[in-house]
Amino acid sequence: MGASQTRSEHKHQHLADETGFSLEQVKNLHKRFQQLSGNEETIRELLDSVPALANNPIRKQIIEAFFDKRNQHHDEVGTCEEIGFEQFLMVMSHFRPPTLKTTVEEKEAMRREKLRFLFNMHDTDNDGTITLAEYRKVVEELLSKSGDIGQEAAKAIADAAMLEVASTNVPHMAPEDFYEGITFEHFEQILKGLEMETRMHIRFLDVGTTTMACGKSTS
Amino acid sequence: MQRCGYVHLWLLWSVSLICLTSGIASADGDVAPTHQDSQLEPPPESTSNWSQTEHGHGSVAITGIPVVTFKWHHVETPYLVALWILVAGLAKLVIEANHHVTSVIPESALLICFGFILGGMIWGADMVQTFKLTPTLFFFYLLPQVILDAGYSMPNKLFFSNMGAILIYAVIGTCWNAASLGLSLWGCHKGGAMGDLDIGLLQYLLFGSLIAAVDPVAVIAVFEQVHVNEVLFIMVFGESLLNDGVTVVLFNVFDAFVSLGGSGIDAVEIIKGIISFFVVAFGGSLVGFVFGLLISLLTRGTKNIQIIEPAFVFVLGYLAYLTAEMLSLSAILSIVFCGMCCQKYINANMDEKSVATVRYVMKVLANGSETIIFVFLGISAIDKSIWVWNTGFILLTLLFIFVYRIIGVFFLTWILNKFRLVPVEFIDQVIMSYGGLRGAVAYGLAAMLDDSKIKEKNLMISTTLIVVYFTVILQGITMKPLVNWLKVKRASATELTLIEKLQNKVFDHMLVAIEDISGQIGHNYMRDKWNHFEEKWMSRILMKPSARKTRDYVFNVFHQLNLKDAISYVAEGERRGSLEFVRNDTAFVDFKKKFADDFSEVMPDITADTSDDHGAMSGRDHVPSVSLEMHEQTMKSVRETEDINTHHLLQQHLYKGRKQHRHRYSRSHFDVNQDDGEVQEIFQRTMRNRLESFKSAKMGVAPPNKITKHIKKDQQQKISNGKSTDKSKSYYSGDEASGFEASGGSYPFPMMATYRAGAGVANPAYMPDLDPMAPAQIPPWLAEAELDSGPVAPSQRAQLRLPWTPSDLRRLAPHRISIRSTDSFDDPPPTLRPPPPPPPHM
Repeated sequence: MGASQTRSEHKHQHLADETGFSLEQVKNLHKRFQQLSGNEETIRELLDSVPALANNPIRKQIIEAFFDKRNQHHDEVGTCEEIGFEQFLMVMSHFRPPTLKTTVEEKEAMRREKLRFLFNMHDTDNDGTITLAEYRKVVEELLSKSGDIGQEAAKAIADAAMLEVASTNVPHMAPEDFYEGITFEHFEQILKGLEMETRMHIRFLDVGTTTMACGKSTS
Repeated sequence: MQRCGYVHLWLLWSVSLICLTSGIASADGDVAPTHQDSQLEPPPESTSNWSQTEHGHGSVAITGIPVVTFKWHHVETPYLVALWILVAGLAKLVIEANHHVTSVIPESALLICFGFILGGMIWGADMVQTFKLTPTLFFFYLLPQVILDAGYSMPNKLFFSNMGAILIYAVIGTCWNAASLGLSLWGCHKGGAMGDLDIGLLQYLLFGSLIAAVDPVAVIAVFEQVHVNEVLFIMVFGESLLNDGVTVVLFNVFDAFVSLGGSGIDAVEIIKGIISFFVVAFGGSLVGFVFGLLISLLTRGTKNIQIIEPAFVFVLGYLAYLTAEMLSLSAILSIVFCGMCCQKYINANMDEKSVATVRYVMKVLANGSETIIFVFLGISAIDKSIWVWNTGFILLTLLFIFVYRIIGVFFLTWILNKFRLVPVEFIDQVIMSYGGLRGAVAYGLAAMLDDSKIKEKNLMISTTLIVVYFTVILQGITMKPLVNWLKVKRASATELTLIEKLQNKVFDHMLVAIEDISGQIGHNYMRDKWNHFEEKWMSRILMKPSARKTRDYVFNVFHQLNLKDAISYVAEGERRGSLEFVRNDTAFVDFKKKFADDFSEVMPDITADTSDDHGAMSGRDHVPSVSLEMHEQTMKSVRETEDINTHHLLQQHLYKGRKQHRHRYSRSHFDVNQDDGEVQEIFQRTMRNRLESFKSAKMGVAPPNKITKHIKKDQQQKISNGKSTDKSKSYYSGDEASGFEASGGSYPFPMMATYRAGAGVANPAYMPDLDPMAPAQIPPWLAEAELDSGPVAPSQRAQLRLPWTPSDLRRLAPHRISIRSTDSFDDPPPTLRPPPPPPPHM
């Protein structure tokens, strides 16, 4: 028991170093992970175990992102069937908030990482571009919960947004030109004005959250 | 510059008028020179001119001829009010005309300086201070609209996501400022730094509380021109708004303490004071909230009388302020929250015009009050009676305010940064502490002091004024260089694009999801729950059902963009000399169709990746559509002549003849004449006119005079772009075949077919006979017009020369198409399809 304790401690420390979380955060997340997986080593299904997700219009994309190998920093592509704690943590680390000590370069790197994550979420077939079909799908689902916006309008909005991208990135397009879709460079360019580094993160508590989490999963 | 000079003259004149009137009011001997002064100037326009001559008579009347009565006292108050507003407005005008000055010195500082000058002039005329900023005037008539505007235009999401920090700065920061200043001054007083003053500890604390608050008016005025990043802005702005409420509460509590006197204060009273602090603050917010809901509810029911919608907003906003004041709750907090609560619902409920009205009127009122406040702050200084100099007191106050603000901000941020997700950076802290501008609220409170209880009231007033001038003028001027020098992160001034809005939405949902998955109840979770609740209950109750769709943020942006495109599209069409296509149903079909073509050029992948019809793609390559570049060029070269042309045409032929044109006036409706008949008439007239001109061009008959002009212009432009017509010619002849083919089959767009067929007439073979100069434009038009002989034929010219540039129509496009059919992109445009398998579903 004691040995396994120290081993997991050690492992956690290693993970904390790798992902930038603090040790407490890693422990907390590990607890949550076990809760989600039902004390298994890996998670196969996220949707059922997190009932609160049911209201989220883009839950599918987000869950896919967890199973996406591209978000694991290992230069692999494709999706995996199940994810272990390490992978889980890796995905979570995209949402780590900056601290006062973060330097400008680090912030820039974080921003790129976050952007990459977003981009991957849109680019489902992993060909390096977000095509219109792909983008449309996301937008449709995004707006599907708004109720009053029909699918038609959602589609139109996606198209309009895409055209916007096309016209900003390729301002002088000849008639024959073909806008294949948003590449990562374009994506970055377009979202330049968005303050990503101050927004795309959540608070990972240092103290235990098991009680809250338990309450939620049983509810 | 000449205009500027004129404005100067105007300003001078009205100022002298004010001096004059005040001079008359006090029946002083000094009137004469000023009066002459105003006589020397060239008489300004109409109404004011009248009032001046009236004055001339008036001063004569005083000396004894009772023919014309000069009833100055009859109109005095409203007259002076109106004049002051005028003067303030003119002052602003003059100041804004000098851009190089305002870029260095903020407007608020300039207005105060202007107030000095004005006050000096009035002083020169009266030898007493006739006008000054009284607390009643300030708190009841000037402040509410500024605060309402601030609340109404508050970025709610940003505000609430930084709520914690704002509250801490506003409440704890203000208390800290008040207490530290009061105590330090008292300490210095005890130490003998100020000589002999009759101020006790409580009075010092009272003074500290009135001067502790950062002033929203001053802060907005300065920060508006600096454009710092949004988090910093909301911190400073939110703090300044809320701490006004806090400072008023503190002031009242300490005022009560002072009345009680040192002996009457025990622990119970202090606890009562603390409780009243919370009651006043939260009660005020609650009142505001209730009134906000009330406004929303009222605007929900104004379907039939939209004209009064804007009035509700203002009246109820003001009532919120007064009600809170009546209940001795915080009026400022009340009106802030009133504005914040109602903004979303009223913007959705009200007619677009009413929303614009509310926005504008709000800005006009707020801007006007702000200007008047600053001018009066300046004027108030010119009064011998209030100036009591005590070097120690004044300088120490300045020093302490500055130092304690810095200490307070840094200390609070240090605590906050332990909890904040995104820490506040050092530079932002510097700007925050430097942005502690004091303003009119402090002065208003100081003027409210009771001089029977506080012996050194005048010293406090003069110190407050000096603090205000120091912070607004000096810190205001140095703020911009400081922001530049420290390289504070600026706000990106550009409008958010649609994709960014969408991405924002993705963020929100993603963050909630990640919080869910990681099992934490955080900020996003709470916000999500609130949104759900809000959507489910509040919107349902407070919002018109019809407005619920359009209130979606993304949809709204989309709608706006579409509108913009449509407007530019129509403008473009008009510039090209044809209004018809807008009204014309057949042309409209064409337009959509045509657009599908164009759209597929811009984004071929739409068709490509959904339908796999690569045949159509490769087919498209050798049928290049209208050359976009060319058209862009044509557009530019032609624009001017066309413009004149259209206007000329319209002026000559629209509505001169018919006398039935009715001007309606209604107090409750805005309707311009929108008779169907009239529209039809406009349409037919233009049409007939065009038909005539084209016909005569063909027959060689000399057309009527004005039409010749028209034709000439037409030809000119054709010469200038002969090249492009060539190009488009080749396109149409190339396209012709498929057009015919399509019309042979079961072609879904009959009008399209005729159009293409018509365009087929523009075949090069035809051209020499018709008009060598304008092959593409006139013949098809004429051919078709003669065929139909109806007035509703689409304008070929409009179609040919419309801006089919992708950038022009980029957002309009998909919407239109999606109206047409669900999967329109799945089908390649029929014209491009090789021999048609008729699409069965259409």
